[in-house]
Amino acid sequence: MLKVTIDGKTIEVPAGTTVLDAAKMLDIPIPTLCHHPKLTPFGGCRLCIVEIKGIPRPVTSCTTPVSDNMEVTTSTPQIEDLRKTVLELILSDHPNDCMVCEKAGDCTLQELAYFYGIRENRFAGERRIYTKKDGNPFLERDMEKCILCGRCVKVCDEVQGVGAIDFTYRGFKSKICPPYEKDLDCEFCGQCVAVCPTGALTGKQWAHKGRQKDIKEIDTICPYCGTGCNITLHVSRNEVIRVTSKEDTWNEGWLCVKGRFGYKFINSPDRLKKPLIKKNGKFEEASWDEALDYIATRLNEIKAKHGADAIGGLSSARCTNEENYLFQKLIRAAIGTNNIDHCARL
Amino acid sequence: MNNLEIKVCMGTGGIAAGGTDVLSAFDSALKERSIPAELQMGCSMHKVGCRGLCAKDVLVDVLIDDSRTTYQYIKPEMVQRIVDEHIVGGNPVSEWLVKEDYHNFHEKQIKVVLSDCGNIDPEDINSYISVGGYKATEKVFATMKPEDVIAEIKKSGLRGRGGAGFPTGVKWEACRGVQPNLQMGQKYIICNADEGDPGAFMDRAVIEGNPHAVIEGMVIGAYAIGASKGYVYIRAEYPLAVERLKLAIAAARERRFIGKNILDSGFDFDIKIKLGAGAFVCGEETALIASIEGQRGMPRAKPPFPVYQGLWGKPTVINNVETLANIPYIIVKGADWFSSYGTEKSKGTKVFALTGKVKNTGLIEVPMGITLKEIIYDIGGGIENDKKLKAVQTGGPSGGCITPDMLDINVDYESLAKVGSIVGSGGMIVLDEDDCMVNVAKYFLSFTQAESCGKCVPCRIGTKRLLEILNRITKGKGKEDDIELLLKLGSDVKSASLCGLGQTAPNPVLSTIKYFREEYEAHLQGKCPAKVCRDLLTYSIIEEFCKGCGACLRACPAGAITGEKKQPHKIAPEICVKCGACFDVCKFKAVGRE
Ligand SMILES: Cc1cc2nc3c(=O)[nH]c(=O)nc-3n(C[C@H](O)[C@H](O)[C@H](O)COP(=O)(O)O)c2cc1C
Ligand code: SF4
Ligand code: SF4
Repeated sequence: MLKVTIDGKTIEVPAGTTVLDAAKMLDIPIPTLCHHPKLTPFGGCRLCIVEIKGIPRPVTSCTTPVSDNMEVTTSTPQIEDLRKTVLELILSDHPNDCMVCEKAGDCTLQELAYFYGIRENRFAGERRIYTKKDGNPFLERDMEKCILCGRCVKVCDEVQGVGAIDFTYRGFKSKICPPYEKDLDCEFCGQCVAVCPTGALTGKQWAHKGRQKDIKEIDTICPYCGTGCNITLHVSRNEVIRVTSKEDTWNEGWLCVKGRFGYKFINSPDRLKKPLIKKNGKFEEASWDEALDYIATRLNEIKAKHGADAIGGLSSARCTNEENYLFQKLIRAAIGTNNIDHCARL
Repeated sequence: MNNLEIKVCMGTGGIAAGGTDVLSAFDSALKERSIPAELQMGCSMHKVGCRGLCAKDVLVDVLIDDSRTTYQYIKPEMVQRIVDEHIVGGNPVSEWLVKEDYHNFHEKQIKVVLSDCGNIDPEDINSYISVGGYKATEKVFATMKPEDVIAEIKKSGLRGRGGAGFPTGVKWEACRGVQPNLQMGQKYIICNADEGDPGAFMDRAVIEGNPHAVIEGMVIGAYAIGASKGYVYIRAEYPLAVERLKLAIAAARERRFIGKNILDSGFDFDIKIKLGAGAFVCGEETALIASIEGQRGMPRAKPPFPVYQGLWGKPTVINNVETLANIPYIIVKGADWFSSYGTEKSKGTKVFALTGKVKNTGLIEVPMGITLKEIIYDIGGGIENDKKLKAVQTGGPSGGCITPDMLDINVDYESLAKVGSIVGSGGMIVLDEDDCMVNVAKYFLSFTQAESCGKCVPCRIGTKRLLEILNRITKGKGKEDDIELLLKLGSDVKSASLCGLGQTAPNPVLSTIKYFREEYEAHLQGKCPAKVCRDLLTYSIIEEFCKGCGACLRACPAGAITGEKKQPHKIAPEICVKCGACFDVCKFKAVGRE
């Protein structure tokens, strides 16, 4: 264990702990933009700089491992002044259209700008102007709002193992994009959207449906597959307008394209709410009793006439394990055939 | 006469000036001529690397029985006469010989790293061996333990020539000390030949002129730290250096100076070449490592330092080309010999690329601690056209300016740092009264700004903003407090940036403001004292001098000049694009520039 003193408070931490994490343990806040606890440290935004006794220049707390008897100061007038310059520089190259931004109210950059009271900008100058051109139905990429924190690049590489995007170009023109600036062609899992601290990456379906304020959050389990990820439905005016997942769940907040973006069926007018039975070539609404009776009768008839192997059962990944178990039991034991399969092989 | 040797300078500079054709002209001229038979026996022709004074290329040495005659500005059509009059006739062609300035250029130099450059054939390992090459490797494997090598290098006081000046022996010792069992045995040594600073060509010249010295340095370093693999990270824009390095590595492998079981010592070490794609930041060691690993060349925070966690996470020593090329000479001649050159804390010699407004531009190697005055006036021959010296910029885009009143300064790591400049990798640009210091700062900033890797905010956006402010100042659109803003932002970018690029990028701005603040202020008043910044100039015709010859009228690309023949002409300011064509073309000094 290593002893570290931060702003006068001392704590013992295991070797390898960063100064930022040690500060977190002590409940000492340090502003960050590019840091994400689940991704490797980046050290790009420079907001988490601190002073360490014996080191002549400020260092980023997210990348610096604690060494024994280290003495850290997280806030001095010089450090705050540098942080302010950095934020002002970021905002000097930002559309600053919080008024109409999807992310307003839930944006780390906005939060920090508020906290540091940045209004006038000493460094106003050229801004990057990009045309939006992504054709995909899921991700909105507004790269003018991108602060190049690199989180999306890392989540795509380190968590998803896809590597669909990376830094390109140099200097002020640096930009995150797919190879050769083509349209995004990936799994569309949206992990990048989940980690983006600004409004650069959002869900296309989210647009104009309601910002984070006044939203009812309902924690539930994703129905798509047996993995059972924790999801949170964001509900506004009795409509699910967004799905996210919290970091402190077993799936650590990571989701796939279906869980994150495949929620439209919930409020779809085409959604089946009652059983339908085909009568005279047309589907008609029926009661559950009627429907179940009809199924039982027909299954018995078919079995009597053609044998049990004329029947097969296809179950769904969106059922629980228990439901799937019962279904195969029904097909194997009650009906008497091994014709049972499951959509997860798709 | 029984031994004739002809050496044609074929560094990149020599080849650009036509070295290849000169060499083949000698070849055919000698074949055509009936050269005495005994002479033909001992006749050899060599391409040799750069010897520094590229401005006088193609340089040719004719050695007859070891007596050397050097010719300058040689073209293929001049070769015949040299062969006829000098080689056959015995009388050197005196008007083509190098002049006094060539000798002055070399007199105050002390060549260690460059001692064999320009003398040996870089494409022939035997040529290197004949001047004592690979003796150091033999000595190390025959008589020295790795610890002895480290002790010798430490004792020599050699410091990294790549810019930071870190003691090489200390770096090697740290890497040697990393427990091999924790690190799965593998260690690496990397030669940094990225050389991305504008105007720098020291490392290129060393590799083109004497690649084996670098290889030897790497082998010895590898033995000292216990590395079995080495990389040379070299920019692809150096095709000749890459080619010669490839040849040299293959030849060294054939002679078993590298490869398996080197000189029967049981030690294995081999070298791979990795081409860089010309990003300045890839010279930064952590970015360089990322680039070798196949990632985007972006620096990462240190610690961990590469000696603990470098290439593929393994302990790695990264050394500059010049640092490594010093090694074999130190091993053979001893640490004491090496440290007899230089100052107390800066030992040995340093190669500089002397450019700008001096008479002799080129590559020089001088003992550390030599005064700037000696470099500029003795070696450089003074300022071109005998104009007034304004400043010397050292350290390239990371460096700063030194003013004429500081010319007695010793050129070494500490002294230059004290006045706000750096030795850096060895760029040295001489500026005269015609250079605008704001424009100089702008030049370097536009380079660093474009070469920022984009990772961190102060560098990516901060350097861009610095450049924008400089741009508006040179356009006459500067704001009253722009100088203060430059100082503030410059110092914040230095403090908050991640790597050396951002941490030093504002230096050219800060140092020019420090020493030439009045020039900045003049620009804010709408004047460029050196008359460089186009937007601040106005051209007009001085009627009493104008002869009405019409030269300016014909030269003006914008059609801004009107006037009858033999009548004073006129420039319409609203049409004038300020290109200065009229100013250059007028023979009667009738065009005024304000
Ligand atoms: C932006 C940047 C560019 C650099 N470029 C080079 C280079 O081209 N060649 C070099 O040897 N060192 C370069 N360096 C320094 C290296 O990071 C490193 O310090 C050096 O290669 C170590 O070798 P040395 O100890 O032998 O000097 C650069 C550093 C920075 C920050
Ligand atoms: S898109 Fe978002 S997550 Fe990605 S680099 Fe930009 S700001 Fe960061
Ligand atoms: S200082 Fe510049 S070059 Fe270095 S990491 Fe930051 S952005 Fe990249």
